[in-house]
Amino acid sequence: MQVPYVVDERPDTGLINSKLGIWIFLASEVMLFGGLFSAYVFLRMAAPEGDFAYWGSKLSIPMATVNTLVLITSSVTVVLSWASLKLKDFEKYKLYMGLTLLCASIFLVIKYFEYTGKFHHGVYPSSSTFMGIYFTLTGLHGLHIIGGIIVMGYMWLPIGSKLWETDPEHFTNRVENAGLYWHFVDLVWIFLFPVLYLL
Amino acid sequence: MSYDSHHKKENFIQKYIFSVDHKIIGLQYGITSLLFLLFGFSLMLIMRWQLAYPETPVPLIGSLLGETGILLPEIYNSLGAMHGTIMIFLGVVPLAVGAFGNYIVPLQIGAPDMAFPKLNAASYWSFFVGGVIMIASFFTPEGTARSGWTSYPPLSIFESGQTMWLLGMVFLITSSLLGSINFIVTIVQLRAPGLSWFRLPFFVWAQFVTSFLLVLAFPPLEAAAVLQLMDRVAGTSFFLPSGLVYAGSVVDVSGSGSPLLWQHLFWFLAHPEVYVLILPAMGIVGEILANNTRKPLWGYKSLVYATVFLGFMSFIVWAHHMFLTGMGTTMSAFFQTTTMIISIPSVVILTSFFISLWGGSIRFNTPMLFALAFLPMFGIGGLTGLPLGFAASDIHLHDTYYVIGHFHYVVAPGTIFGLFAGIYYWFPKVTGRKMSEALGKLHFWPSLVFMNGIFMPMFIQGLAGVSRRLWDGGQLYAHAQGVLQWNEFMSISAFCLAAAQIPFILNVLMSLFNGQKVDRNPWGATTVEWSAPSPPLPHVNFEEPLEIYRGPYEYSVPGANKDFSSQTVK
Repeated sequence: MQVPYVVDERPDTGLINSKLGIWIFLASEVMLFGGLFSAYVFLRMAAPEGDFAYWGSKLSIPMATVNTLVLITSSVTVVLSWASLKLKDFEKYKLYMGLTLLCASIFLVIKYFEYTGKFHHGVYPSSSTFMGIYFTLTGLHGLHIIGGIIVMGYMWLPIGSKLWETDPEHFTNRVENAGLYWHFVDLVWIFLFPVLYLL
Repeated sequence: MSYDSHHKKENFIQKYIFSVDHKIIGLQYGITSLLFLLFGFSLMLIMRWQLAYPETPVPLIGSLLGETGILLPEIYNSLGAMHGTIMIFLGVVPLAVGAFGNYIVPLQIGAPDMAFPKLNAASYWSFFVGGVIMIASFFTPEGTARSGWTSYPPLSIFESGQTMWLLGMVFLITSSLLGSINFIVTIVQLRAPGLSWFRLPFFVWAQFVTSFLLVLAFPPLEAAAVLQLMDRVAGTSFFLPSGLVYAGSVVDVSGSGSPLLWQHLFWFLAHPEVYVLILPAMGIVGEILANNTRKPLWGYKSLVYATVFLGFMSFIVWAHHMFLTGMGTTMSAFFQTTTMIISIPSVVILTSFFISLWGGSIRFNTPMLFALAFLPMFGIGGLTGLPLGFAASDIHLHDTYYVIGHFHYVVAPGTIFGLFAGIYYWFPKVTGRKMSEALGKLHFWPSLVFMNGIFMPMFIQGLAGVSRRLWDGGQLYAHAQGVLQWNEFMSISAFCLAAAQIPFILNVLMSLFNGQKVDRNPWGATTVEWSAPSPPLPHVNFEEPLEIYRGPYEYSVPGANKDFSSQTVK
């Protein structure tokens, strides 16, 4: 038995199952981060005047700027890896997906130094409501990065990419869906950066 | 072309435990959630004993509660919180969405399975782990959560046991998210050829809207649970204001958080959750009404539009749970307006159901009795909600037994009756045997009487102002004295309701082996699931791919040779 529309589009909806699934998943992710961003707004309004700005000034803007560039680069390379599969160039796919994974790891390393720098100066989530929401938001975002690394790493290593040999179109769709998720994770950071570091 | 029903031989574990067949997963959900419902109900029986006979040892299980056998206030709070949590998140939602949705939706749309069978199994096992964590919390030294199913801070930040609750919730939320993504994709993508949107049975529409509510409303609760976990574990103060005094001393946190923030995030989920509880039951009732009145559902399209509108509106009414928090009159005015608006689609649905009865040749079998009882019971639940939707009257009624009566009328004799109706209705499809009518009626009539015996007096107590959270049921309050005698009446009704479930349990077990054998369409129904064998074939459901030729409820069509015209017959 085979569930229909795994690889071929359903004619009247123009969709494959997984494409619709990933978009609905992303909708729920929007609500997850939407909930946290509204919590940020609520807490900022409830906080004493200038409290958020004071604690926000302790964050390192240069590190976050580098991280923003790293993530944007990874968004480009993940598209290139998918485009390579569309052009039937598996070696290029390996290269670009590898670069994406590299960028994701660099992001986490920089984040690690940011976190330990804070801890080193005695700044913890409990230090202030701003630091609490900062660690919660970036921590949850970091978990999403790790999730992306696991999924894309699986597709990069032979265990996941062997599907290319048997069903190249199915594999390309998987990479596309992972790419959509990765863009979302990138987009969340594009919101986090100004909200936490610049405001 | 026919389906390739030849597949690998499966051993017991592959077939029944880690199955990816939507029917087996539906049954797994069904059995697990029925057991949880029974367990959650038993917790309430212990509490009702204490309310009726304060500080007397609980019979039978008293020895588990401590040396005296008396239900102590801490444990009373534990049982209250866990009763709510278990009934909602481990009982009704998994039964209504997980079990009925999983089993029936692919059959009703003529699909071989759900769109993502492995994801489906993952969602069941995530639910299972969440359930195990919740039950395990009874056996930890800290005990279970005891801050109500709403887990309001600041209390929930300090009370022990809450961390396990939050952890369990994360698994349950994940399960619901995976499940509902699967439902949406299945309904959009896997409808059989010819099954256009307005040929979908009402039950499928109800599940479709329910899934959107779960996908969009649950994540904010997950966010809130993460924040509460941070408050408990990492020492943050998202929900704790500055200068809060607890147990005689000022709490040592950075402060400037807000308990109100939790309430907003929580009710943003929990109000749509109310519709998650009721919509699948409405869907089931719609199917059964059409089948047993032998005529189409009245106003099918308005039912669909009302359901979609209801789903949309349910996202902007949440703060009517918070009129007493002092959030301001502007906010209250907005939310009481939206609350009144959302009652309109509910009334449209209920009215359509009532008009559907008009002029029908009604068959009073057990599923129909439960479906018919759903209508006035849900009606009482809905109408008693109106005074709670107005800020002015809510101030008097908030947090009294009136609220308990109101939402139990919606969920217990409402939703649970709808679910019982569904079990009696689809049992022949699942097992190939009918359940006993005699035992079914022995289950129905006492249940109806005792349900009302439990919940009707709650309105009386609530109007008198008795708080819903008192361990002794209000003994110490002057204003409660006149209505205290109802406590014993309600408790005895509850014990009798428990006894009334024995015929149901016997019926299920006995009918499995001795029920009357039936063919694929014992009720003479029109929808697609009745074209499959009973039980449907493993993994493929139908012998061959189907084509759909007509709408869902073509009963008693003039000129047809039978009083029902199946969707799959030209």
